[in-house]
Amino acid sequence: MTDRAPQSVTGAKSLVRSLEEVGADVVFGIPGGAILPAYDPLYDSTRVRHVLVRHEQGAGHAAEGYAQASGKVGVCMATSGPGATNLVTPIADAYMDSVPIVAITGQVGRPFIGTDAFQEADISGITLPITKHNFLVQTAADIPQAIAEAFHLAATGRPGPVLVDLPKDVLQEQTTFSWPPRLDLPGYRPVTRPHGKQIREAARLIAEARRPVLYIGGGVLKARATAELRQLAELTGIPLVTTLMARGAFPDSHRQNLGMPGMHGGVTPVTALQKADLLIAIGTRFDDRVTGRLSTFAPHAAIIHADIDPAEIGKNRLADVPIVGDAREVMVDLIAAMKAEYAADRRADLTAWWRQLDQWRTTYPLGYEEPADGTLAPQYVIERLGQIAGPQTIFAAGVGQHQMWASQFISYENPYTWLNSGGAGTMGYAVPAAMGAKVGCPDKLVWAIDGDGCFQMTNQELATCAIEGIPIKVAVINNGNLGMVRQWQTLFYEERYSQTELGTHKHRIPDFVKLADALGCVGLRCESKDDVDSTIEKAMAIDDQPVVVDFTVGKDAMVWPMVAAGASNDEIQAARDLRPDFDGEL
Amino acid sequence: MSTHTLSVLVENKPGVLARVSGLFSRRGFNINSLAVGPTEHEEISRITISVSVEGAALEQVTKQLNKLINVIKIVELDERQSVQRELLLVKVRADETTRRGVLDIVELFKARVVDVAPEVFTVELTARPDKLEALIKMLEPYGIREMVQSGMVALGRGPRSMTQAALRSVERTA
Repeated sequence: MTDRAPQSVTGAKSLVRSLEEVGADVVFGIPGGAILPAYDPLYDSTRVRHVLVRHEQGAGHAAEGYAQASGKVGVCMATSGPGATNLVTPIADAYMDSVPIVAITGQVGRPFIGTDAFQEADISGITLPITKHNFLVQTAADIPQAIAEAFHLAATGRPGPVLVDLPKDVLQEQTTFSWPPRLDLPGYRPVTRPHGKQIREAARLIAEARRPVLYIGGGVLKARATAELRQLAELTGIPLVTTLMARGAFPDSHRQNLGMPGMHGGVTPVTALQKADLLIAIGTRFDDRVTGRLSTFAPHAAIIHADIDPAEIGKNRLADVPIVGDAREVMVDLIAAMKAEYAADRRADLTAWWRQLDQWRTTYPLGYEEPADGTLAPQYVIERLGQIAGPQTIFAAGVGQHQMWASQFISYENPYTWLNSGGAGTMGYAVPAAMGAKVGCPDKLVWAIDGDGCFQMTNQELATCAIEGIPIKVAVINNGNLGMVRQWQTLFYEERYSQTELGTHKHRIPDFVKLADALGCVGLRCESKDDVDSTIEKAMAIDDQPVVVDFTVGKDAMVWPMVAAGASNDEIQAARDLRPDFDGEL
Repeated sequence: MSTHTLSVLVENKPGVLARVSGLFSRRGFNINSLAVGPTEHEEISRITISVSVEGAALEQVTKQLNKLINVIKIVELDERQSVQRELLLVKVRADETTRRGVLDIVELFKARVVDVAPEVFTVELTARPDKLEALIKMLEPYGIREMVQSGMVALGRGPRSMTQAALRSVERTA
């Protein structure tokens, strides 16, 4: 119930009331000196649940996981100085992947700002380049407006992180609270409606194209436009690729989904982009991990580029038809425009293109070899995990080889079931993001797929999970090494393994089963192929405690296919020293 | 690389200049000059930026600036369609033998002597950047002791007001 009469409250109470009114039902955070006033009224709030994390980075990634799984704005809270700077990594991560989070930080009192006071850090200055916007609140009267604007900015347009910095004396100051405040953002007018002329021009190109590809990015998920994507794809019969950030936006089992493009994309999706005569890019940003060497990317293709952020259009690749707009509205309009094209009997025949694509799919399927040394194949573990856990499960990955395998070998059938750190590539993302996802979607099964390197960066949040009743499951793909770095050393540094051996095999330090136990979780270990299914099932049977499974796998498995950094996508290797032969085709 | 002049209306709030200048450095765009000051509306400031970029990069600068929440409106001011001015203060050596020569140059450029000390004049000129450069070149042989130059400020020619138009569009969408 909203009480509209202004109430006399402290700034801290005004903050908590604002969070309640804006619909923030969960805050991940840790108290400390400057933010302490806020924790007092928070103690009494029945509408805002606070999850006490063990490190502020965990609070930030949890807010991200919560936001990406639930579609709501994630919230994290920290004190001034080191508390705030520990949020920098997840904020940067959210900025790169356009995740809507609001970070609330305490700041030293106004008279102390600029004096190098205890636990002072200029967090609004520090986060200028990695936030969509931030606020340093100067008076308690501004708190409701700052919170309302922060949530509005985080969630609308191109989503992203917003930080609100609150000096301690502002939190202690007496003020009045009333809701809703007036938003005053004269410079913020995101364009969501696409231009009709551009839509018609796009439809004309699509109707004529003989080798078109829908190049689908995370923006389609952010716009909650997966139903419209399916409609557009099925109406046009055009093949599509889903980037790392768009996995789950379109069912992997659907015949038209060619898979993931990019550095570790499949041969078919990568080559489809290279040979296409038209790319219909929606909610994607021609990232270097997708394009490879930009000057040789999709050399024959005309480009239709739709994005809500005008600055993405033409940033890396010039667009022939630029469309500024929300991905859902763009596709709704495109569907209507395509129907008009087809009604007028304008429709190119895609049979030859599909015949070609199917041939590549048959010749170069995704796959892996069993390790020659008899060790457990990490790809097999991940593949079985996907099959046993099922398509409703939410998977959160760390960064590295296991992340790529988790994207490649799990079939994503539903949106918002794949969470990862795509743009920033933040090791340590998985465990806290899985925790946030489980809090946002308590009825869903949530598996973190982590590497032994990543896991050692943020596993302390398992204590949070155990105590707060957040029963996530973690599959540690433990190869004893920083696997992706080691893979590059194998390929590009003459197998000189400088500083990539972690000792988790050789010394079993840490022992992940014992570590899980110490953190209040169930710890399991699996070292052979025969035990994979039963171990996963054992983990699945436990739902009152977090579970950690140490899958001890071989260290020599590599992620294939691969386009080496800076190389052209034409030089994709399906496996080591195996270049697909496209001679005589197209 | 060609020089472009951007006139940027921003909310008059703390930290806005840091947001704008920080954007230029982190995106790798080079600022020639930057001037910030109030407008006829208390809540709006104007930042005039002179930047050296090519076509596609200019579009990217403008789009990135537009993404800043506190930026209300950006207009590129064409050199011919706008009045562009910089201010120069320069201390030049002027003893008995050279004084006349310096004064001739000052007069020629319609500049002014604003401070006189034994052997040194302080000269002021407000003009287009190229004219300031020419004056500096002419004064250099006499010995420049110290100089300071402002960033460029500019307004579009004719009766139209960029601030009025921006305010109207803000009101429409509010």
